[in-house]
Amino acid sequence: MSEFVRNLRLWFAPQEIRQEGRTPDYRFSLANERTFLAWLRTALALIGGGFAVDQFLPDLRWAWRAGLALGLLGAGVLCSLRAINHWVRCERAMRRGDDLPASRFPALLSIAVAVVAVAMVVIVVVGWEG
Amino acid sequence: MKVPAPERDPGLQPERTRLAWRRTTLSITVAAVLAAKTALHDRTAAGFTAVTLCGLFWLGFLALAHLRIRALATTQTGLAPRLRTRHAAAATLCTAALAVCAVALVF
Repeated sequence: MSEFVRNLRLWFAPQEIRQEGRTPDYRFSLANERTFLAWLRTALALIGGGFAVDQFLPDLRWAWRAGLALGLLGAGVLCSLRAINHWVRCERAMRRGDDLPASRFPALLSIAVAVVAVAMVVIVVVGWEG
Repeated sequence: MKVPAPERDPGLQPERTRLAWRRTTLSITVAAVLAAKTALHDRTAAGFTAVTLCGLFWLGFLALAHLRIRALATTQTGLAPRLRTRHAAAATLCTAALAVCAVALVF
């Protein structure tokens, strides 16, 4: 069975993850769950940021406001999907005794947040002058 | 005869996990309140539909968090039930769906 089909099957038959490998210490599973929730909160903060841009920068030109809001909301969706994907991968790695999965996502997210922050500073400064 | 005290995890892992669910509930509440503010500002029929959906997803997440907190609070340490994939997927769905409603609200 290919890896992809196995991954898909896990989503619809969650009991299969429990048959694989050894059951890890429950404390590790709970720590993994807290990490998942922390990523979910990050996603919710990005969504809140999207609303905030729309609501609290009314003087901004529509294209800028919409672009920033859409970017933040899109990042929120990505972040929440990545949260569960990473949780499943970590859970499986712990059962198999593999290394925990490495990820480029935190670096990409920090760069995206930095770009949005710089854009906001520029917009606010230009807005004050204009 | 002394009744043995219930075993307690010195790292308080179940308690910390419960608090993490509470923090996340608080975060989604803030997002839902911002959604309501946007809908009240725009006052369109589509906006009210989107904010109703947001409210439903918020309630769904509240129910999921409540179930999980109760499961963690009532079981003995060492037998703490693991998060089910379906439960995690439902929580993710509520978050992502809220963002989709947000897109509908903002535009």
